[in-house]
Amino acid sequence: MPALLVVGNKSFGISSNLRHLCSAIAPGSVAFFRYDWKRTGLWNLVFLAGVLIGGFIAFHSSTAHDMAISAQTRESLAKLVIHDFSGVAPAEIFTWHALLTLRGFVPIVVGGFLVGFGTAYAGGCTSGHAISGLANLELPSLIAVLGFFAGGLAATYLILPHLLGGV
Amino acid sequence: MTIPTAVEAEDIESVRVVKRPGLLVIYLLLGTAFGIVLTRSEVVSWFRIQEMFRFQSFRMYGIIGSAIATATVSVALIKRFHLKSFSGEIIAIPRKELGSGIRYAAGGTIFGLGWALTGACPGPLFVIIGNGVSVMFAAVLSALAGTWVYGWLRPRLPH
Repeated sequence: MPALLVVGNKSFGISSNLRHLCSAIAPGSVAFFRYDWKRTGLWNLVFLAGVLIGGFIAFHSSTAHDMAISAQTRESLAKLVIHDFSGVAPAEIFTWHALLTLRGFVPIVVGGFLVGFGTAYAGGCTSGHAISGLANLELPSLIAVLGFFAGGLAATYLILPHLLGGV
Repeated sequence: MTIPTAVEAEDIESVRVVKRPGLLVIYLLLGTAFGIVLTRSEVVSWFRIQEMFRFQSFRMYGIIGSAIATATVSVALIKRFHLKSFSGEIIAIPRKELGSGIRYAAGGTIFGLGWALTGACPGPLFVIIGNGVSVMFAAVLSALAGTWVYGWLRPRLPH
């Protein structure tokens, strides 16, 4: 983040790319998307392309290994019928096949929608509010981060157990 | 961040035109480094996010906490010494407007729900695709739909 400020006086944040992409692909007649996305957002979209490439490089340059997820979490998730702890996301949920079931549809499609809607509404995500915002000692970011946690806890304890079953 | 706080779209001010294509290469490399760090530190893991929200490991708090600490010190130093960017401007960090605060509380909570479900915030959504979980592309499309619907409803939502 400091590097971005120094290189080009840019505020660091990933979620504004979702807005830039909307603006680029389908602005419609929505005022929120009627702006010059190339001028304001091209640097960030290029950064985002790098993020994807970075994930690819890191994935292919390391041997697969199970992450040392805590025993407690493995136990809690086993109750939700999640047993495969390899990779970055549970194979029981994040596959094209599971997408057509409720177990896959809610985390992937509904979850994705909430991420897009929520970050746009709040004006930032983990990088923009939790890191850049708190670093700049901003009250709005503190409120947003408390909201992130309220929502995250609600989803973890109220939604996932019902969705994934095995309560 | 992100989307500016003031209400008009024109407010994405303060962001300068990229005058030198060389800078874009730097952004690409910085993004690549960020993607590698996110993967190696395992913060893109759905399991790690669950660990965090279940308070069963200190790991995520340690990583996010140290990122905030590093950024806080950097921002303080940048302000203290009035550092300039490569293009010679004084570095300015636009402050977010508080307003009623509703957008931060409501938007934050909605994002939090999605964060725990997908196990990914916007950056990791893309990192996870890079990690070979192609179905996350569907989550990205859905996130774009979510952002679009927000833009459409924006005039009618409390901020």
